Amino acid sequence: MTAPILQITDLTKSVPGGRVLFEGLDLRLAAGEFVAIMGESGVGKSTLLNLIAGLDQADQGAISIDGADLAGLDDDRRTLLRRDRVGFVFQAFHVLPHLTLGQNVALPLALQGQRGDRALERAEQMLAAVGLAGRANDYPRQLSGGEMQRVAIARALIHQPGLVLADEPTGNLDPETANRVLEVFARQIRGSGASAVLVTHSEVAAAAADRILILGRNGLVERAA
Amino acid sequence: MSNAPPEQRGLAARWMILGEWRAHPMRVLTAAAAIAIGVALGLAVHLVNASALSEFSKAVSAVNGDAELQVRSTTSLGFDEGLYPKLARTSGVAAVSPVVELEAGTDRPGETVTVLGLDVLRAVVVTPSLIGRPLAAEGGDARGPTMEAAFDESAVFLSPAALVGRAVGQPIELIAGGRRATFRIAGVLPGVGEERRLAVLDIAAAQWRLGTLGRLQRLDLKLSPGVDAARVAGVLQQTLPSDAQLVSPESEERRSDSLSRAYRVNLDMLALMALLTGGFLVYSAQSLSVARRRPQFALLRVLGVRRRALLAQVMAEGIGVGVAGGGVGIALGFGLADGALRLLGGDLGGGYFAGAKPQLVLTPGPALVFLGLGLVTAVVGSLAPAREAARAQPAVALKNAGDSVDPRVTPAIWPAALLLGAGAAAAFAPAVAGVPLLGYASMALLLAGGVAAMPRLARVLLSGLKGRSFGHVAPDLAIKRLWGAPSQAAVALCGVVASTSLMVAMAVMVSSFRGSVEDWLAQVLPADLYVRIESVGTGGGFDPEEQARLASTPGVAGIAFMRTTMLRMSADAPPLALIARPEGGLDAGAPPMIGRTEPAPPGAIAVYVSEPAAWLYGWKVGQRIDLPIGGTPPGAFFVTGIWRDYARQHGAVTLESHDYTALTGDRWRSEASVTLEAGADRQDVAEALEANVPERLAGRVSVAEPATLRDMALRLFDRSFAVTYGLEAIAIVVGLAGVAATISAQTLARTKEFGMLRHLGVTKGQIVAMLATEGALLGAVGGLAGIGLGLAMSQVLIHVVNPQSFHWTMETKPPWGLLFSVGVALVVSAAGTALVAGRRAVSADAVRAVREDW
Repeated sequence: MTAPILQITDLTKSVPGGRVLFEGLDLRLAAGEFVAIMGESGVGKSTLLNLIAGLDQADQGAISIDGADLAGLDDDRRTLLRRDRVGFVFQAFHVLPHLTLGQNVALPLALQGQRGDRALERAEQMLAAVGLAGRANDYPRQLSGGEMQRVAIARALIHQPGLVLADEPTGNLDPETANRVLEVFARQIRGSGASAVLVTHSEVAAAAADRILILGRNGLVERAA
Repeated sequence: MSNAPPEQRGLAARWMILGEWRAHPMRVLTAAAAIAIGVALGLAVHLVNASALSEFSKAVSAVNGDAELQVRSTTSLGFDEGLYPKLARTSGVAAVSPVVELEAGTDRPGETVTVLGLDVLRAVVVTPSLIGRPLAAEGGDARGPTMEAAFDESAVFLSPAALVGRAVGQPIELIAGGRRATFRIAGVLPGVGEERRLAVLDIAAAQWRLGTLGRLQRLDLKLSPGVDAARVAGVLQQTLPSDAQLVSPESEERRSDSLSRAYRVNLDMLALMALLTGGFLVYSAQSLSVARRRPQFALLRVLGVRRRALLAQVMAEGIGVGVAGGGVGIALGFGLADGALRLLGGDLGGGYFAGAKPQLVLTPGPALVFLGLGLVTAVVGSLAPAREAARAQPAVALKNAGDSVDPRVTPAIWPAALLLGAGAAAAFAPAVAGVPLLGYASMALLLAGGVAAMPRLARVLLSGLKGRSFGHVAPDLAIKRLWGAPSQAAVALCGVVASTSLMVAMAVMVSSFRGSVEDWLAQVLPADLYVRIESVGTGGGFDPEEQARLASTPGVAGIAFMRTTMLRMSADAPPLALIARPEGGLDAGAPPMIGRTEPAPPGAIAVYVSEPAAWLYGWKVGQRIDLPIGGTPPGAFFVTGIWRDYARQHGAVTLESHDYTALTGDRWRSEASVTLEAGADRQDVAEALEANVPERLAGRVSVAEPATLRDMALRLFDRSFAVTYGLEAIAIVVGLAGVAATISAQTLARTKEFGMLRHLGVTKGQIVAMLATEGALLGAVGGLAGIGLGLAMSQVLIHVVNPQSFHWTMETKPPWGLLFSVGVALVVSAAGTALVAGRRAVSADAVRAVREDW
């Protein structure tokens, strides 16, 4: 049995005011595995992603990425872990408006200290892979929503992270565009060998995953595909 | 984990910074321009002052020659020449050169020259730079022996500045000591630069023909080689009478520096106010930029940028603004200083360097200091926004959930209270080396405290409006916005309050000063006419016979003669004015008094001291003091009262005319105030007085009415404050530009919000009206707070900075009309700016605005 990329044990999280979102949550994600997490609004799906990314702190329990226990890392080390091992895709794209598409995609490599020309060259390849070849010098204002999300996917994968966290990546898109983006996302994830956690309300999106998990107060429950 | 070299780790930050600057160049340029203007003004004022001071020092050393030590008389009347042989015998003194030094008028109206009477045989050893070179009448070198011309009692050698428009061989008339004597220009003084009008003649001729027989104004000393100068100075000090002082080149330098130091420091500080306002502008621009980019920074944190890297990025942006602004400011400052020196000479209005035409002194030190100040200002302005950017929680900020401050939380007041308390405490601290540094620190702390109090104060001032409905969309939305986004309102208010309070503080101080001077002029000019002799030189004026003739002029009911001379209290301080007032007791026509008076005990000589003199020398009413006049014993003088004087910053001492004559033997008088007989016509009496003036003084006596003198004094006041007004105006423009930039940037950043409102059915007009209301409310709250803070800061200027700088007090006289206009102008300009920016913001397509990613 290979070592998991993500291991969550007995996780409990409540919101300010005391309401418990979930307790006793366990999750084991193998390398290359792609899971979708579904659940009602307000159940804590995005909060769980923030906890996995080390952007929020649990009340109880442990999370480890690539064997590194997040609770044992300070903010700087969690940040460095995120920089090297995690990729993100958001519902609201979050593509920086004053950077070119190439710079947006190359940002994780630049943060890792790669040379600018190499990072931009790799970014062009990634943009081509998501169907945006030759657009590296364009600015985001020239893109549609679907194109922007493809840029975000390229950015999430360019530094070959072990784990990709995606929070409603198709939530802002029309069904047709959403399908195309989802297809790109799944293809890229599979191609890169990364593991992925996809939070979504969309059954169509969830169907692209290996497993579907339902988040409730008592943690994650696997639903038959 | 990544361990890239630093130059590669900075790549992302470079992209982010350059991308931001490319996207919003005007914001960066505005902030950099504010820093540039502040640095340029500060450097230019400093360079002009430093150049003028250097010129002034050169002029002082030109008159002093190369003497290692000097003995100088405490008054222009000189000391007994018997001191000369006594000092010449002192061990360690190699040579002594006796000097008569007088200020003299010439045959050119209004011109004065410094006359030095030298013993050439002595001067050639002690001060060779003061020795003249004879020239032939046509301008070439004279063939005759030098010494011959030097001993000629009618020969005078002129410095190049005095020789302009004159020719060798021509006569020149010198007027001093009540005498008028004609000399022949025999040559030039090659060792004296262009900076001073100097005339050197034989000492015997000077004493005999200019009325200073038996008196010397100074002795120039050359010490024996290898001797301990401090020991010799100590020995000489024991030998000196009370009307002579030992002066070194160093003490002369300190004296010329202290003469104008307070004025120069004040101008420097005022120029730095523009830089301070620029700092607030950087703060506003950076705060706004950080607020707008909060989700972007959150994304970077998610992507793996550490907190301190974000802090460094925002600080680097501030440093970039500081370096660019500072660099441009340095170039601009040199240009401004050069232009000011060409156009205005070295005098910036204070009158300390009037007539000086100095060259720009270019030294890298001040440029580096001002560059550093610009950089520090920009960095400090960026610090708080950078910390805010680094501290934000990425998960929350990524949602872009609005203002970073929860509107339900009451803003903390303790940082503001702490700063205001420290500012108030600093106001009570004494001057540092004669300069009110802590007074300025107090103002800066009060300003910072006032700005820090704005979030809380805005809550208090707006609380009356909260929850109130006006039945109109525009005002209702405007109030909800100001209440719901407190940190954004605070950033806009910060610029308004900073620029308004500085402007108000300066305006109240100047208005109070001018008002107090007007009151004072009304008190010190009670007579019907004033007679004054112009450019008459040392020791001149009306002799007793001429005084009697003037008193008998038809229409004159009474005439009071006065004499003003200089009195050196110490070697390194500017001299006091010694004023002999009319007979009949000091109460007759006494100057405006401050506080109580106390009659002098029998045997003591009563003096009134001016407020600056009391401050500088620590004199109090009822105290016995020493004055170096006429060999008086210690404690011979008694302070009867302290009087208000705005004319002489370095102090004045007034004593009765007969005491002055008894102490100095000087019966000459140079000013007079005239009371007319009932029904006498001023014009007729003025003409009669002019007709009664002795032939010797023809064309040099002015007879003026008090209104003319008052107008002239106020014109001088306004001229001396012209640069102050100019600097303040620039600071205001920078501040208002900052307010406009802040409001405009805030408005343009809300395009998405306006798009949403348009979707909800709010019309473009209503949105623009909402923005104008927001602007007007911000202007009103900021103006109110700024005027209040400015009034508090003006009290520091009036009661701390001015007394510590110039040693006089004044009453607060706020220019209420101006303050009201400032308030209205602020409301109008803030509302106008918001309106113009709003029109632009709502012109964008509403659908696209809502879809914008950030």
